[in-house]
Amino acid sequence: MSKSLNLFVPAIGVTTLALGLAYGLSSRDYGAQTIETLETRVQQTEENVARAIAEAQAAAEEAARLQAERDQLEQLAAEAAMSGSDLTAPAPVIEGKYGLGRTALPEEIAAWDVDVLPDGRGLPVGQGDVFTGEEVFVDQCASCHGDFAEGVGNWPVLAGGFDTLANEDPVKTVGSYWPHLSTAWDYINRSMPFGAAGTLTPDETYAIVAYILYSNDLVDDDFVLSNENFTEVEMYNSDGFVVDDRPELEYAEWQAEPCMVNCKETVEITMRATFLDVTPEGGGDSVMNDATTSDSPVFSASASAEPTEESAAVEETGGVDPALVAAGESAFRQCKSCHQVGENASNRTGPALNGILGHTIGAVDGFRYSDVFQEANAAGEVWDAENLAAFLADPRGSMAGTKMSFRGVRDEADITALIAYLQSFEE
Amino acid sequence: MDEIFKPSRRSFLRGSAAIAAGTVAGGAAAQGTPDPLITELQDWASYTGVGVDETPYGLPIRFESDVVRRNVEWLTASPISSINFTPIHALDGTITPQGCAFERHHSGAIELTKEDYRLMINGLVDEPLVFTYADLERLPRENHVYFCECAANTGMEWAGAQLNGAQFTHGMIHNMEYTGVPLRTLLNEAGLEAAGDLSDKWVYVEGADASSNGRSIPMEKALDDVLVAFKANGEALRMEHGYPVRLVVPGWEGNMWVKWLRRVQVTDMAVESREETSKYTDVYENGIARKWTWVMDAKSVITSPSPQMPITHGQGPLVISGLAWSGHGQITRVDVSKDGGITWETARLGKQGDTKALTRFYLDINWDGSPMLLQSRAIDETGYVQPTKDQLREKRGENAVYHNNCIQTWFVNEEGIAENVEVS
Repeated sequence: MSKSLNLFVPAIGVTTLALGLAYGLSSRDYGAQTIETLETRVQQTEENVARAIAEAQAAAEEAARLQAERDQLEQLAAEAAMSGSDLTAPAPVIEGKYGLGRTALPEEIAAWDVDVLPDGRGLPVGQGDVFTGEEVFVDQCASCHGDFAEGVGNWPVLAGGFDTLANEDPVKTVGSYWPHLSTAWDYINRSMPFGAAGTLTPDETYAIVAYILYSNDLVDDDFVLSNENFTEVEMYNSDGFVVDDRPELEYAEWQAEPCMVNCKETVEITMRATFLDVTPEGGGDSVMNDATTSDSPVFSASASAEPTEESAAVEETGGVDPALVAAGESAFRQCKSCHQVGENASNRTGPALNGILGHTIGAVDGFRYSDVFQEANAAGEVWDAENLAAFLADPRGSMAGTKMSFRGVRDEADITALIAYLQSFEE
Repeated sequence: MDEIFKPSRRSFLRGSAAIAAGTVAGGAAAQGTPDPLITELQDWASYTGVGVDETPYGLPIRFESDVVRRNVEWLTASPISSINFTPIHALDGTITPQGCAFERHHSGAIELTKEDYRLMINGLVDEPLVFTYADLERLPRENHVYFCECAANTGMEWAGAQLNGAQFTHGMIHNMEYTGVPLRTLLNEAGLEAAGDLSDKWVYVEGADASSNGRSIPMEKALDDVLVAFKANGEALRMEHGYPVRLVVPGWEGNMWVKWLRRVQVTDMAVESREETSKYTDVYENGIARKWTWVMDAKSVITSPSPQMPITHGQGPLVISGLAWSGHGQITRVDVSKDGGITWETARLGKQGDTKALTRFYLDINWDGSPMLLQSRAIDETGYVQPTKDQLREKRGENAVYHNNCIQTWFVNEEGIAENVEVS
């Protein structure tokens, strides 16, 4: 407040000086006319001074008023800030619309809106029987889920596990756990097979679902699943779920002011962390041990992972066209869900592929091959660009009985690129 | 170049052992001997450094190469359908840099351009619509900091202390500032009159990747604070977080934050998709499972000291630091215990907690070198107090997998080495 008023102090000082000067002049003995002139001037000056003072006072009052207003606003703003409201605001909700986006066409909706609801809405017309389902399943699903939906390695088990949900180790399968059949149809249709989602026909999906039901002993082997009888199938665990009841069962109990002192008599360590080896050398499995409280602490290399070096693939192409290798890397994306290549590559659903060209067929350490691969291995057959191209184009045609459930690479240029890419990795 | 000193956990551990053995370590402790780092001209004080544009998009200096996401290989069948962990032990403040924010994919991270991006709103709407990325940029947008926590965070700890590191026990979480368009704005563009009474309606959201990872969200939440986000921490989302567009569902389990969001369908019931029936449901001791357990309850963890962050400086001033969060709103208080829960002290918050966002807490102590059983306990704006592991197990058993928000205990020994333990 004072800052604004100070602006007017110099103005008042100047007018005071002018007044003093005028009275001083009037006391001198000059001619009457001169005196008269001077008196007139003094009078005018006095009037000017009076006006200036009045103006200055008015201005000061105005300034004081504005300052008071500002103080009030500042106080309001401070209060507002304290109470949490400020100038931020959510995105406005307008009357009417912004008119952005365009109408979705029926064909577009049909292509994307494929989800299936628990009551069967969304199912396309179609059907599939258990036997067809078994064929498709062995072809498309068994490499991860096992021939009998029992699961391979860490991949999901789809069958069995009945009445295990209250056990120490529940086995949650489509049969033992899933409450709605629509979930299985919808997920298989939309997201499976892993690495080739969206490629199944409705009839294939019906057949696979029928086979999974059969694997779970929920239907007989002559069962045919269709959009007509879909909702008649009863799921074993359909009443095994309750809607989140934490608010009733937990929240009220856990809202008391907590204890701060003498909350327990004593505290003992009852369990120590089991061993964790996050970056096992040589790709070995990690171990979960049964650490006892008398064990000394084990600190493995959980934080000493060296940064992965940039893949040396492209630099080590050894005369192969880098553009082709790059194209191969891109094409390899369809293989990645099962195969690894490059530094630290290990066997997955399929074998690691470093140095595969020139390598004896079926000879990657630690991988369990199908019979046809074991036979080729016994016969000493070696991977070359020609037989690898044939295998990639039609896996099951060129190596009948292979576990690789993959339809084959359709584009010949992709095959050439893939081979160049694989060639860039030495063993 | 790489032979130059590179801090590693091993050298830290050796360092702490050296301190414990009474060896003088480092210039700071030297008495009477001038520190050559000060008295001798160093290369970096004499030669010039690198110029601008050396790295058009900067990465952390190589000495920080240890601060990375890590995977626990045996948890999942394939890294393509898997999860890794944010190095929360090595971070401070609250914002998670995108480059080390945990990833969870169900069919791998995909490359989708802005030009190829389409978002469809359909189902029970007045007019089904398709938006391009450019359309989204023209709608009013908001900025919010939110945590995203996988429902399975700490899920390996139900049956006992398992993984030795805050990164692994609590690292399925990140916290970013999102820029995006409220989902309600897009639903309003399509019009909800056709949906009638909204109180029993849902939206079903799905991604453009092979898994699609569809989830059902009640309309009330969809119209509340759900964002269709395209920026995080000021820049475009990373591929692994759903570039160019992901859903942000504040306070709710990470699985619902659908990446590469391609479709929002208004429905009259939950779809009961694979991710909301066979997964992300919590089996309790009697075999009955809870479904629709969306909210992430209040939780906290001490990030340092912790198994990956041993005390290396011996006795004296010690900063105990950690993170707290709640899907129900703001964190109002965090208590820390150094004796396994016998006594508690209220910690200092780094700053006032944002709603449904990470809050940093500190307890600054003078460590006398005696062993500690460190615990932290979060309290949120609803008054909910983070439970102990035993309280949780008493209610839910050991097979729930998801939503383990128990109080974590680190045992810190005289040498400053920390270990994941359970206490009585």
